[in-house]
Amino acid sequence: MSAVEVAAVQTDDDLRRVLDDDGKVISGVTVPEVSDEELHHLFDTMLMVRIVDERMMRIQRQGKLGFYMKSLGEEATHLSVFPLRQDDWIYPSYREQGAWFWRGYTIEQFLNQLFGNCKDATKGRQMPVHHSANWLNMVSISSPVGTQIPQAVGTAMGMKASGTDQVAMTFFGEGTSSTGEFHVGMNFAGVSKAPAIFVIRNNGWAISTGTEKQTAAKSFASKAIGYGMPGVRVDGNDILAVIQVANDAVARARAGEGPTLIECVTYRVEGHSSSDDPSVYRNPAEPEAWGPRDPLNRLRGYMKNKRLWTEGMEKEISDRCNDEISKYMALAEAHGAPEVESMFDDVYQDLPWHLKEQKEYLLSQARTKNPHLHN
Amino acid sequence: MPTMNIIQAVNNALRIQMALEPKSIVLGEDVGKFGGVFRATSGLYDEFGEERVIDTPLAEAGIIGAAIGMAVYGMRPIPEIQFSDFIFPAFDQIVNELAKFRYRSGGQYPCPVVIRTPVGGGIRGGHYHSQSPEALFVHTPGIKVVIPSNPYDAKGLLLSCLRQDDPVLFMEPKKIYRASRGDVPENDYTVELGKAKVTREGDQVTLIAYGAMLHVIEEAAAKAAEIGISCEVIDLRTLMPFDIETITESVTKNGRAVMVHEAPQTCGYGAEICSSLYERCMAHLEAPIGRVCGFDTPFPYSLEHEYMPNAARVLGAIRKTLEW
Amino acid sequence: MPDGQSEKTENEAMPMPPQAPTGPAFAYFDQDEEAKALGLFEILSEDSSYDPANTARFDKALSLDLYRGMLLTRLMDKQFMALQRQGVLGFYAETLGQEAAGIGSAAALSSQDWLVPALREHGAGLYRGMDFGNFVAQLFGNANDVTRGRQMPLHPSDPATRYVNMSSCIATQLPHAMGIAMGIQIAGDGSEVCMGYMGDGATSEAEFHVAMNFAGVRKAPVVMVCQNNQWAISTPGTGQTASETIAVKGLGYGIESLRADGNDILAVYEVSKYAVEKARRGDGPTFIELLTYRVSAHTSSDDPSRYRDESVTKVWRTKRDPLVRMRVFLEKNGWLSEADFEAMVTQIEAMVRKSVEKQRDVTMPPLSSLIQDVFQTPWWRLEEQLATLEAIVD
Repeated sequence: MSAVEVAAVQTDDDLRRVLDDDGKVISGVTVPEVSDEELHHLFDTMLMVRIVDERMMRIQRQGKLGFYMKSLGEEATHLSVFPLRQDDWIYPSYREQGAWFWRGYTIEQFLNQLFGNCKDATKGRQMPVHHSANWLNMVSISSPVGTQIPQAVGTAMGMKASGTDQVAMTFFGEGTSSTGEFHVGMNFAGVSKAPAIFVIRNNGWAISTGTEKQTAAKSFASKAIGYGMPGVRVDGNDILAVIQVANDAVARARAGEGPTLIECVTYRVEGHSSSDDPSVYRNPAEPEAWGPRDPLNRLRGYMKNKRLWTEGMEKEISDRCNDEISKYMALAEAHGAPEVESMFDDVYQDLPWHLKEQKEYLLSQARTKNPHLHN
Repeated sequence: MPTMNIIQAVNNALRIQMALEPKSIVLGEDVGKFGGVFRATSGLYDEFGEERVIDTPLAEAGIIGAAIGMAVYGMRPIPEIQFSDFIFPAFDQIVNELAKFRYRSGGQYPCPVVIRTPVGGGIRGGHYHSQSPEALFVHTPGIKVVIPSNPYDAKGLLLSCLRQDDPVLFMEPKKIYRASRGDVPENDYTVELGKAKVTREGDQVTLIAYGAMLHVIEEAAAKAAEIGISCEVIDLRTLMPFDIETITESVTKNGRAVMVHEAPQTCGYGAEICSSLYERCMAHLEAPIGRVCGFDTPFPYSLEHEYMPNAARVLGAIRKTLEW
Repeated sequence: MPDGQSEKTENEAMPMPPQAPTGPAFAYFDQDEEAKALGLFEILSEDSSYDPANTARFDKALSLDLYRGMLLTRLMDKQFMALQRQGVLGFYAETLGQEAAGIGSAAALSSQDWLVPALREHGAGLYRGMDFGNFVAQLFGNANDVTRGRQMPLHPSDPATRYVNMSSCIATQLPHAMGIAMGIQIAGDGSEVCMGYMGDGATSEAEFHVAMNFAGVRKAPVVMVCQNNQWAISTPGTGQTASETIAVKGLGYGIESLRADGNDILAVYEVSKYAVEKARRGDGPTFIELLTYRVSAHTSSDDPSRYRDESVTKVWRTKRDPLVRMRVFLEKNGWLSEADFEAMVTQIEAMVRKSVEKQRDVTMPPLSSLIQDVFQTPWWRLEEQLATLEAIVD
């Protein structure tokens, strides 16, 4: 089994890090190649996630959105997609907003999906945060956890069979490592040497279940040994370490050396979703301890040291982002719900007779008011 | 024209399609070198290589999950589930994923996956090699369900399934896998999905079935003819979406019908057919529609022959509708 | 129970095996986690040489009993396979070459312990005292079968010896074994342990994963035994997993994982005993990989010559046969003469023959059994369906 080459030093047993908590490079560590322009783009994306999250949760609390999920504190893990090309594929779970924005998914598209309006690319079929963008090779999300893992492996197997050097990356939380899909997906990838990268966002909590109730293994990365692939544990709040590890995993996959499991150790600072209340099951002091390790702050510190960050620059990003959100939120609210007959589309390619009948029946009925849309 | 059984016809269809469509991939347990436990994929491994005929680990959720991923990526996977009884580890992948992928992505990701799986009893397979779970999948919007009753249809229907973009559960009646033989053209042809076939005309009672049970109702119709009862026999072939016109026309004409399947009666596929017929033919019906089905028990081993519907039970139901 | 009780004479031929004296300590168990999972524990080498210091536990009674268990498995398999070929039995699966793995591991259990089998543990069940007559009745699915002919042959059930009924689906039993162990943890008196079996193919199933993960997290008193016979019908080990060994998978669940030569019954017994005693002490689960080989076909429906190199099989059949290895051990200790062996063979063959004669012409279960056990009491539709059926059959 070939080990992943990682330049970053290992502290806290096998945890890979590049930056300390203040964003200073730990001495003796090789820093991955990231251009100044890319650093700006990374910062821009992480800040945008944070602002979007804040605004969306606020309007969720106002009753304008049925549901929302924030990523506070986990933004750096999303950027495991950094080394991917546009022709690579991503199978996200529900908490990788940064991956979507990095790829080019716009705030407009993001908001239309949240509102499930007639401009939503997925036609208002799913709950908020279940995006799908085939033009970005980013695949539709389902709410049951882990189902995307064997699918990502299937895509990677297809890449291998087609002789391309593309790769497929999939994201999931540490709780998902307990599902059968994790097991079968990892095993298929190991056996077929598929160009797949598995990113575990170990944020410490699967809704209310802490990691010690999730597995007795010494780490989630250590599960890789059972599938004959390398497993790497990385500080998920350290953007440069995340990029370093992802670079190596993607390079391995592209070179035909097979899959890699990456465990990003991070922390879910807030609730699981808008429906959750973590104060019921965890010590409120716990998230506070993660404050000093904030990923955005560490990147900010690093960029400050490189003289790439100014207050004015951050304010400019923040203002642009807020303006965009305000503009598209108003539009997203104004767009009506999808046409009622669209309910019968996409069940099959063509509409069979029985759905035609059911559609005609529904259209013959008086319209009901949608209690979930405020327009 | 060569004579084939259903396995050979399925194998022939797979060979034709794989030669034609380089994106088609067969995957499953033992489908490669071994050629499948029923030999339906025999020879494909040698002809198309291990990249396109894949022996997978033992994990149905993995097989279907991987097939979905391949389809999303643009391939045309043809997974095999060794027995339809073993499909349940993949139930989540089929019901929550495969069948909903197109819909939930707003049409972005159709999943042209054709799952082949042997179905039904009659081979002394006990609980776990005999079940007929078709109704569970018919009840799942987004996936088509097809069950052929003879080699000619098996080949033509399978080729149709492989050339359209919806997911399909293609269930192969294993009781008649080898027993049903017939002329099958070597060349490429398709049989249209969603179309039933009247295999025998008659003017008193309409008999409806699919798969292995088609042979049972044919036998019953022949026996009925001996005592002067004229039955019309309909092979549904596609269960979802099903051919309402053919059955409505026949039942409207005859006013009497018997529905037969080997899956358990309650909430079985026949319940839907009967209900649909009542909605459309009530004024023409002379008697309640008879149902001859498997019993509402798990599939037994020793008493399998008692469990399976047979011509005598069908004949009983025919008499009952006539004596109403 | 129908005529099952009339099989007492056969049960007398199958007394519960003796309990073993304390065994020696082995350096193997003191290694670190990875070394144990990647290594291979052995006591009797391929040529049956051994260090007498390592076999202290195996006195004459235990050694003969283990051997007899393996011999019974092999001899009855031969007779039942012949009956299958004659069309008398619908189906059969031999244990050929794997007898030590099943018998040696189950022998480490006590009578109050649970055995959750896969396909090739019927010999182990009989070793632990499962009624032979009931076992044969199940093969025929006749009126004497306590499971009323509901399943294919080789799906026996024996609550008396805590041999849990299985399904033909792969790995579905593993969460059950883990669940039994959780039950023991929650409601037991601390004396019971559960042993769950699987083949190598089962480790790819989601059920393996969930069962192992639960067992690790709950520290359940369960011993998961994988008979790695290297073939899942036509899929070899390399097609099943990319991991170096099967045992190493246990580490992903934080479970101590051992690996032993599955054709060395003394080694199998020792690792199993270690794991069973550990579970009984409340020190959690163990995963055991027993490396063996499926010398026979998967089942009577299989033909391995289509997919594997049978010259490899020949090596396992001739050079690594678990019965030969143990017989040499017994002979070296002067515990089994040629005459003793012949007598044992004759006695077993006669018992099997007699039982088959007794069961083969027994009628099928009654029609009414068809609707029993669906629910505790059949509901109206089942009664109706039975009445319809009986009217036709009469």
